[in-house]
Amino acid sequence: MSRTALPTTSLPLGAAEPGRRLRVAGLAGGPALRARLAALGLLPGTDVTIIRRQGRGPLVVDVRGSRVALGRAVARHIQVVPTEPAPAV
Amino acid sequence: MSARPTIALAGNPNSGKTTLFNQLTGAHQHVGNYPGVTVVIKEGFCRRGAEDIRVVDLPGIYSLTSYSPEEQVTRRFLLDDQPDVVVDVVDTSNLERNLYLAVQCMELGLPMVLAFNMSDVARARGLEFNLQRLSALFGVPIVPTSGPKGEGVPELLTAALAVARRERPCAPAEVRYGRDVEESLERLQRPISSGGTPGSLARARWQAVKLLENDADVWKAFPDPELRALVDRERALIAERCGDTPEIIIADRRYGFISGACSECVRLTVEERHNRSDRLDALLIHRIWGLPIFLLLMYAVFFIVFKAGGPPTEWLDHLFATLKDLARGGVPGGGSVLWRSLLADGILGGVGGVLMFLPNILLLFTAIAVLEDTGYMARAAFIMDRLMHKLGLHGQSFIPLLLGFGCSVPAIMATRTLESRRDRLTTMLIVPLMSCGARFPIYALIIPAFFPAAWQAPILWLIYLLGIALGVLCARILRHTLFRGETTHFVMELPPYRRPTLKGLARHAWDNARHFLHKAGTVVLVFSLVLWALASFPRAPRPAGAAGDRTAAAPELAQSCAGRIGHALEPVLRPMGFDWRIGTAMLGAFAAKEIFVAQMGVVFSVGHADESSEPLRARLRELYTPLNGLCIMLFMLIGLPCMATVAVTRSESGAWKWAALQFGLLTSLAYLITTLVYQLGRLAGF
Repeated sequence: MSRTALPTTSLPLGAAEPGRRLRVAGLAGGPALRARLAALGLLPGTDVTIIRRQGRGPLVVDVRGSRVALGRAVARHIQVVPTEPAPAV
Repeated sequence: MSARPTIALAGNPNSGKTTLFNQLTGAHQHVGNYPGVTVVIKEGFCRRGAEDIRVVDLPGIYSLTSYSPEEQVTRRFLLDDQPDVVVDVVDTSNLERNLYLAVQCMELGLPMVLAFNMSDVARARGLEFNLQRLSALFGVPIVPTSGPKGEGVPELLTAALAVARRERPCAPAEVRYGRDVEESLERLQRPISSGGTPGSLARARWQAVKLLENDADVWKAFPDPELRALVDRERALIAERCGDTPEIIIADRRYGFISGACSECVRLTVEERHNRSDRLDALLIHRIWGLPIFLLLMYAVFFIVFKAGGPPTEWLDHLFATLKDLARGGVPGGGSVLWRSLLADGILGGVGGVLMFLPNILLLFTAIAVLEDTGYMARAAFIMDRLMHKLGLHGQSFIPLLLGFGCSVPAIMATRTLESRRDRLTTMLIVPLMSCGARFPIYALIIPAFFPAAWQAPILWLIYLLGIALGVLCARILRHTLFRGETTHFVMELPPYRRPTLKGLARHAWDNARHFLHKAGTVVLVFSLVLWALASFPRAPRPAGAAGDRTAAAPELAQSCAGRIGHALEPVLRPMGFDWRIGTAMLGAFAAKEIFVAQMGVVFSVGHADESSEPLRARLRELYTPLNGLCIMLFMLIGLPCMATVAVTRSESGAWKWAALQFGLLTSLAYLITTLVYQLGRLAGF
């Protein structure tokens, strides 16, 4: 599978590329984490974009127009599907 | 409606709710703990014509679940206190997310008004709202307001009062959750309303929703096993039919309702909002530069606290010294020697010794307020997450730890936001290592007494950093021994950067100063008097003309109760280089850390009643070396968490053993480190 193609399988948010439009496919994790993500508007079907990712630190993600910081462990619990091809660099 | 209507302000963090609250109530407000819980709720009053109106500022939250104490408090207030009207403050530049809370408030069926805050900012950025249509869709009045300028506030008050008096219609729209969930709700509502808990139809529906969402608080309210079994069946049914858990399905429907309304009534260009913030973030939370910038900012804070706070602190010091002289004998016929000593040494020496640091405290909290109000604090948590994660903690622990720099008590309470008990206990145990505001007077007394001006800020900075480093180390050790297991999750909003308002900063600083003054007038005063009494009785017969030699222990003090306790402690304290005087002051420090300073004032005043008062620092310099000074600060930084801290650790952890562990662990660590530093320092010739 080439990197520019639109994959149909989901991948964890932490592994996705910054700047690319992603759609949340599923949320794992405990009820408290899921409730917190839901309160911040991060639900299956929501479009998100990674704004900033640094090394093994937390991510900054655009969710419904707000910036949300997510720890690495959290990002592993969020499955996403890219909804557009990778931006031409 | 009661004679005095109550308006409850709800809203997301950073929605501008507090600014609005200040505009509504002006100076007429006070901070109070809601009974039974410890999250702070602010209450204020405003007048409208002849009418008195109570305004309650609820904590900023995103949702009405029961996962965080803030959410629980807000919910309990809305349900139990039944405010006459709820004003939900909505940040219009982040509309959908803010309306999520609004929709949940609507589900409670309370009379409600939406305050569309910062609307002019949003409009300037190309946002257009059809408020009339939006208001019709939501079934509640909407009033545009603008936080900093106070526009729309009178109109908001008018609308809120009209709704509270039922003069203006308010029928919050009902969110429909789709066929499967609605069917389950219907099946649940009947046994709920017959189950004994009284409430309206809207309340029964809300409870049914909460039960489907697996809400712990509501679950507890329905112990009936039959109903519980039904809830479990319905939850399983929804999960099977909709492909996800009911809470996610329900949240999704709420957002669906909001998106539908917004797509009809709002034209949005949200991206605009973050351009400047994203650019700033590129630097401030940079992978490499983020941490040095954070450390530099912290250093700047301490530099300002000392540099700008120095002169006013000295004026206050002189003022109290003058007052002490007057009390001692400057005023003719001012009562007996004992009364003069009580006034001069007990009250002025004790309380005055603490009060003189008010300028530093004000500056410290103003600086913290600047970092908070600009939105930088959330970034600091972000930067620290990477570091904290390596230590087995996570960014969210950083918030309670940060609060710990103010006071350990609210900081330990704030650990409630942590989900796992392991994280909570670990964080709770290390919170006292974050140097609290009460310890500041100790540093402020000692550092200028022993160290040249150029070293003062760096030493203070290092003391704070040492506390952080030890906290981090202890956390790591705890996570590898007592509290093994996975860390909880870091999820946090990074609000756009904002320019703080002068008014907001002033209020922030004043709130903290008031707390400090209150403590000085109560706990510190009482303990100063107790310690003064301990230091003054039993009184030794005073040989004529014995005054003068102050480097030798004043015999009177040595004879007193405090002196005896201090002497009894001396063998234990000796390895750290502490004498019996410091030992007596430590007794007080257990009550509240700043009492250490007060008590040093008392210790050095008692027995010298007939001499002219001399600044405490000069006396310290005579008796102790800079190494002694450093050791005092180390011990006070690390060990001996105060009474209030021990008590709150006990209540928050639910067991004395954790409070005992915290006290024992920190005090032995302090003993170990201070002894080591003192002995090595001695060897090195200091």
